[in-house]
Amino acid sequence: MSVDKQTVTKIASLARIKMDDAECERMVPELNNILDWVDQLGEVDTSGVEPMTAVMPMAQRLRDDVVDADPLTGGGVRDKVLANAPAAEHGFFGVPKVIE
Amino acid sequence: MAPNASCASDKLRANGFYIVTDLTNLGVKAIRDGVASGEFTAREVATGFNAAIEAAAELNTFIVTTPEKALEAADAADTARAAGKPLGKMGGVPIGMKDLFCTAGTQTTAASHILEGFVPQYESTVSANLWNAGAGMLGKLNLDQFAMGSSNETSYFGPAKSPWRKEGSNTALTAGGSSGGSSSAVAARLCPAATGTDTGGSIRQPAAVTGIVGIKPTYGRCSRWGVVAFASSLDQVGPMARSVEDCAIMLGAMAGFDPKDSTSLDMPVPDWEAALDADLKGKKVGIPREYRMEGTPQDILDSWKQGEEWLKDAGAQIVEISLPHTKYALPAYYIIAPAEASSNLARYDGVRYGLRDLPDGSGLQDMYAATRADGFGDEVKRRILIGTYVLSAGFYDAYYTQAQKIRTLVAQDFEKAWGECDVILAPTTPSAAFGLGEMQSDPLAMYLNDVFAVPASLAGLPAMNVPAGLNSDGLPLGLQIVGKPFDEQGVLNTGLAIEQRAGFTARAEKWW
Amino acid sequence: MSNYRIQGATGEWEVVIGLEVHAQVSSKAKLFSGANTEFGAEPNTQVSLVDAAMPGMLPVPNRECIRQAVRTGMAIEAQINAWSRFDRKNYFYADLPQGYQISQLYHPIVGEGQLLIEADPKGGIPEDKIIGIERIHVEQDAGKLMHDQHPTMSYVDLNRSGVALMEIVSMADMRSPAEAGAYVRKLRSILRYVGSCDGNMEQGSMRADVNVSVRKPGPITEEHPLGTRTETKNVNSVRFVMAVIEGEARRQVDLIEDGGTVVQETRLYDPDRNETRSMRSKEDAHDYRYFPDPDLLPIELDDAFLTECRDSLPELPDAKRARYTQQLGMNDYNAAQLTAEVETFARFETLLAETSSALGKSESDVATQVANWTLSVAPGVIKSIGDEANLEYATSAAQAAILKMVDAGEVSGGQSKEIYEIVLKTGRDPAEIAETEGLKQQSDSGAIEAEIDTILAANQDKVEQYKGGKDKLFGFFVGQTMKAMEGKANPQVVNELLKAKLD
Ligand SMILES: [Mg+2]
Ligand SMILES: [Zn+2]
Repeated sequence: MSVDKQTVTKIASLARIKMDDAECERMVPELNNILDWVDQLGEVDTSGVEPMTAVMPMAQRLRDDVVDADPLTGGGVRDKVLANAPAAEHGFFGVPKVIE
Repeated sequence: MAPNASCASDKLRANGFYIVTDLTNLGVKAIRDGVASGEFTAREVATGFNAAIEAAAELNTFIVTTPEKALEAADAADTARAAGKPLGKMGGVPIGMKDLFCTAGTQTTAASHILEGFVPQYESTVSANLWNAGAGMLGKLNLDQFAMGSSNETSYFGPAKSPWRKEGSNTALTAGGSSGGSSSAVAARLCPAATGTDTGGSIRQPAAVTGIVGIKPTYGRCSRWGVVAFASSLDQVGPMARSVEDCAIMLGAMAGFDPKDSTSLDMPVPDWEAALDADLKGKKVGIPREYRMEGTPQDILDSWKQGEEWLKDAGAQIVEISLPHTKYALPAYYIIAPAEASSNLARYDGVRYGLRDLPDGSGLQDMYAATRADGFGDEVKRRILIGTYVLSAGFYDAYYTQAQKIRTLVAQDFEKAWGECDVILAPTTPSAAFGLGEMQSDPLAMYLNDVFAVPASLAGLPAMNVPAGLNSDGLPLGLQIVGKPFDEQGVLNTGLAIEQRAGFTARAEKWW
Repeated sequence: MSNYRIQGATGEWEVVIGLEVHAQVSSKAKLFSGANTEFGAEPNTQVSLVDAAMPGMLPVPNRECIRQAVRTGMAIEAQINAWSRFDRKNYFYADLPQGYQISQLYHPIVGEGQLLIEADPKGGIPEDKIIGIERIHVEQDAGKLMHDQHPTMSYVDLNRSGVALMEIVSMADMRSPAEAGAYVRKLRSILRYVGSCDGNMEQGSMRADVNVSVRKPGPITEEHPLGTRTETKNVNSVRFVMAVIEGEARRQVDLIEDGGTVVQETRLYDPDRNETRSMRSKEDAHDYRYFPDPDLLPIELDDAFLTECRDSLPELPDAKRARYTQQLGMNDYNAAQLTAEVETFARFETLLAETSSALGKSESDVATQVANWTLSVAPGVIKSIGDEANLEYATSAAQAAILKMVDAGEVSGGQSKEIYEIVLKTGRDPAEIAETEGLKQQSDSGAIEAEIDTILAANQDKVEQYKGGKDKLFGFFVGQTMKAMEGKANPQVVNELLKAKLD
């Protein structure tokens, strides 16, 4: 499978990476080079093979329903949460106005 | 009170072993034991490394240095010792921290512009474990941006350089990647050890090209909590140092069950250091036929053969094994890792931390696109685009599901192999260090650096690099040992057997 | 079958409805972090580093959220998947810190189930109907955006970010606004019985995505398939759900009949204008790039877990209703009323038990009396005194005491209301009230007999007429006796004595 400029433009938009026409154009052969190479996976007959779901054979552990049991994963840390925000006001994160 | 510094130095001089600056020649165990016995102080050690780092700016190994942190930890170790308290596993040992680990109060960037200036308000589990074991932080080490790369050239802060050079050449060489800052710093004696992370070879490959030891433990052995994610199902952290024993010690300090990481292994951490044993009698070492790839340089094949001989000498039996899906591991990896990365990196959006690029009059979605365009480097963008593409509607099964099935097959290959051998010996890299800039124009050629490393990553297996010798250019070559799940001990012991026989004492001549 | 039809220029149209209900799981902590889930906190105070998607943060699922989803699945007789998995749904929005929502697409924890909506002929549901449920999956809620606090910025509050939701997806089995309304009410009732969601629609604990399409009536076949549907997001009351369906069906019919075509799209409901409008155009269609979350492992439920889930389920609405009619001999209406809400049946069952033991009678013997009291007498009294009622005094002990006096013939129906009124205002003891306020009826046959004798003696002519066959005069004697007793005679005793004297 291979991509054209239109597809690259669409992917870049999905990935929210601003790319102008020239950049998309330039990316086409780069991506196709990689995609052509990974296409060899199609050679492998994988019928009856389960896709890997957990690299170590483990099931999910579940956590107890306790609030702030571990300060590292609990709430009540607004200062820490906002400390690096480019625009924090009145305890909120600020973003450019969203019109719905 | 810390023991008098001049006293310690005098004693060292008296013994005729060291002068103070030469403390930087010491590894983890030597420093820990020396501090514990009072041979020298942790402050002297930290001071020596701080000075070495300052003098090595040319290598570009550190993104940020934290000499005061190293001294602080050193003083704590010295104070504890003076008070007769036991020192930790890493007591008095200053280390370098790959800048992928979040460190409370110290900028963490993943070598990306998008995280420039980000100061975590939390400490990663592994770094916290190391500090609790008595280690101190010399600084945050350079790496490929978001750990994506094999040469450290994707770093926003410029590549770390290898201390090594080809004989008679001044060309700057790669220290490997993504843990290139770590490998360079350890090889150049800027720190006795450093943390690394390995998603598809990022500990082993840089260790190999700089002549140091690095081990990626079993997936889940070390917590990923607080480590900037690249590809969650593959990311593992591990130590990089100059000896197998040092790696065993440091891994013991890093590893352990973490309830904050769902994929963390809930099992006891063995005392790897104590159980080190280079006697391989009764052990079978598998040589995977499929790793004898077309185009592999003769020096690599020779060093591999030499490794076989050393292991035979250590008592092991050599058996040929087959890992039939080896060829497909790398392309499968280049679907799975970018797919996970495309999603893991979605959080860098300019809202809560890091770079925000807000062109005039732009809305939220424009802000995302501008921020990410400006903040991510080319390789990161390339992988995000690949990952986005392979997950997108209509392509998911052909790419992602197929790659995960192949991952199952790769893991099954290893499982079958364990019926015939205890560990596997292979080259770590397909070549010695290459020149910076040499491969940048061809991403695919760069990816091939990890061809020997990636299969073990896909299967989540412990794997390490151990230096094997120098090639005809005088550059280090490494051997890779892959073990069964949870059998870091088997890997370390095999590594120790090679280390003892290789007698690798070469070091880069100081030019920086 | 529903006979709800939209009348169009080209004839009748059938409406096809499916609902995706998002119900907030009742848990103390969030789905993947330890942050509090309580409603109404200061912005971003209930946000962990995990919820804010700081670099390197990882999710660990909350057992209670999984458990509540499983219990809910069991309550709708659904397939429980002992092996399930979380997937990531990738999209960019300011209320979604990770850039993806952790949800379940490929392997939801609960598979197919069903829910019964009861016939309500007056409400537009001619007969009982089973609505299929496709799945229940567990996922994270998003944060909240505020648009009106700053001239150029929207503000982001992540307190809700990461709170556990169950998405309960129905089949497209509903055919009228009434059915959809009944479905949401019934679902809410079940969730509240199970205790897996508080059902508070105003606080957003339950909200529905309403899928509507229209078609000409007739069986669904390849030649006559379903129409194109629209999805109206986040509708937060039963009334609005019904309004959306009505409005959207009308809009679609008009559109088609005017030669247009319905576009599959997401719409937003504006309650103030009672209309829906398109949110995103088709070109913008999302590609969510779902894939298994590599930070999480498959969820495997063992037998012990499943057994605990099943054993901890309460008696559910349908079973309870059946028991009320079959074992307690209650009529359908009362049974339906009493079982609709958790609070109602809880109050009823407590009072039933208390009354039964106070009276020394079986529950089925007193059920009708207690049901009438619970559904009509008690609410009537409370309504009549309004704010003066202190509901803290409405204890089941007090009410049982009143019902006991009624049962013993000590107080009349009217007196019981007066007593209860005083109880609600003052908290005084019902027996003491009856005594001191003169709210007891006379059952002493001696006293009544004396009055009867006087009345009969004074009305010899009427006694003769009665004996001559003028039966209606019996009421006259009762009335006279009650009057003489100032209304406090036990009517049953009066009847019995009069009958004995006259017949
Ligand atoms: Mg929906
Ligand atoms: Zn949902």
